[in-house]
Amino acid sequence: MISILTAHWSELVEGMKYTIGSSLIALIGSLILGIIFAMFVISPNRWLRIIGSVYVEIFRNIPLLVVAMFFYIVMPRFVPGLDGFKAGTIGLTIYTSAFIAETFRAGIESVAVGQMEAARSNGMTYLQAMKYIILPQATKIVIPPLGNQFVNLVKNSSVLAFLAGFDLMYQGNLIASTTFKTTDTYLAVGLLYLVMTMPLSYLMRYLEKRWSRLPTV
Amino acid sequence: MSMIEFHDVNKYYGKFKALKNINLTIERGEVVTIIGPSGSGKSTLLRTINGLELISSGQLLVDNHDLADPKTDMNRIRKNVGMVFQHFNLYANKTILQNITLGPEKVLKVPHVKAAEDAERLLGLVGLLDQAHKLPSMLSGGQKQRIAIARALAMHPKAILFDEPTSALDPEVIGDVLDVMKKVAEQGMTMIVVTHEMGFAKEVGNRLLFMADGEIREDSNDPREFFRAPQDERAQEFLGKILHVD
Ligand SMILES: Nc1ncnc2c1ncn2[C@@H]1O[C@H](COP(=O)(O)OP(=O)(O)OP(=O)(O)O)[C@@H](O)[C@H]1O
Ligand SMILES: [Mg+2]
Repeated sequence: MISILTAHWSELVEGMKYTIGSSLIALIGSLILGIIFAMFVISPNRWLRIIGSVYVEIFRNIPLLVVAMFFYIVMPRFVPGLDGFKAGTIGLTIYTSAFIAETFRAGIESVAVGQMEAARSNGMTYLQAMKYIILPQATKIVIPPLGNQFVNLVKNSSVLAFLAGFDLMYQGNLIASTTFKTTDTYLAVGLLYLVMTMPLSYLMRYLEKRWSRLPTV
Repeated sequence: MSMIEFHDVNKYYGKFKALKNINLTIERGEVVTIIGPSGSGKSTLLRTINGLELISSGQLLVDNHDLADPKTDMNRIRKNVGMVFQHFNLYANKTILQNITLGPEKVLKVPHVKAAEDAERLLGLVGLLDQAHKLPSMLSGGQKQRIAIARALAMHPKAILFDEPTSALDPEVIGDVLDVMKKVAEQGMTMIVVTHEMGFAKEVGNRLLFMADGEIREDSNDPREFFRAPQDERAQEFLGKILHVD
């Protein structure tokens, strides 16, 4: 395994760059989309609620590989220049955002109704109440499940390997097929995924501890 | 120009009629207490006034704005009508000072320094100046409710609604909250108070409504006289019960 790591270090690092790049973009994108769709799902507006629920249910219940393939195979017909990396990252973003929307919806709903009523009675608009009172409290509640989502996201980015996305898994496949040292290669790849996800897990646990010192309700 | 006018207001929750043909006019500066058995519609009546509940039919004018009119800006009504809840509902993620300054700063666009000055004045009024930088979770119930009153006052509203402000409090701190409410009343604030505190209704209130089954059964401009000799049969029964409990 060590020999694989040393002999193919540059390819593996190259793959990690793509994995981290795709994960970072998908992390930010899915967080933004997730919060927006969570707001849709709980919106007082019926049409936004329907749009939000349909989005969440569709992308939560289709396998990631199918979502990613859709963007890889179908979308380039309409959007030129959509390579495997881009298509995979978009698929990953959208797929993850559905789960994040669910996480935020649950978090927002667990903030007591009285907080919203108080803010509205204080003259705030719905959006002001969300921004200053509800979302800050919901964010604290969703930190632990969100941490899990992010670790999953890094692991799920291996879907890029199926779309020629140049990520770590893709490089691993290449190395395995040229050297025939499959066991060693995938052990090395697994180790490198651990190197990426373990710090993220610890970071999340640290944030969770820090934030738990703030009050909930 | 009256502060609040109900004209033939009805309110349904599904098929259940929670408010029945309410006609009520409240003038500026009145301190109205509402009493009545559980489920009689007291909270519902109060919550229609700042649009937390919508009426099903009739007309409701608050500060001369028709709440049923889609052109009416509910946020503007709520700026002018404060509310104090049974369970305080202080913003859990904000300090005591921020609880009071947030509305003025974000809604009325008062500069931070000025909002903080006003908040300190109000903290003095409710006797909690030393708590300004704590979080709500560190305060007792009685203290929280006094902060909730300060938060409502900070908006310089034209009226304040109170929904059982002392019902969730330990008996020994109820007096502190009632004292603050009395001060607010003495400053001429229009107040509508759902309460079980008969002493407050008698001594501070200058009008009393008795509700039962979604109706205003008695409307008295002399609360002491009401307690001495209620006219309505349900009111007699209700007072008989609570006097026995006391
Ligand atoms: N959101 C709601 N949906 C359905 N029914 C409701 C709702 N809110 C209140 N009700 C019903 O309307 C009636 C009046 O309720 P309301 O809360 O106004 O009573 P109340 O006089 O404030 O009682 P309490 O003294 O217990 O607070 C009750 O029968 C209650 O069950
Ligand atoms: Mg009530």
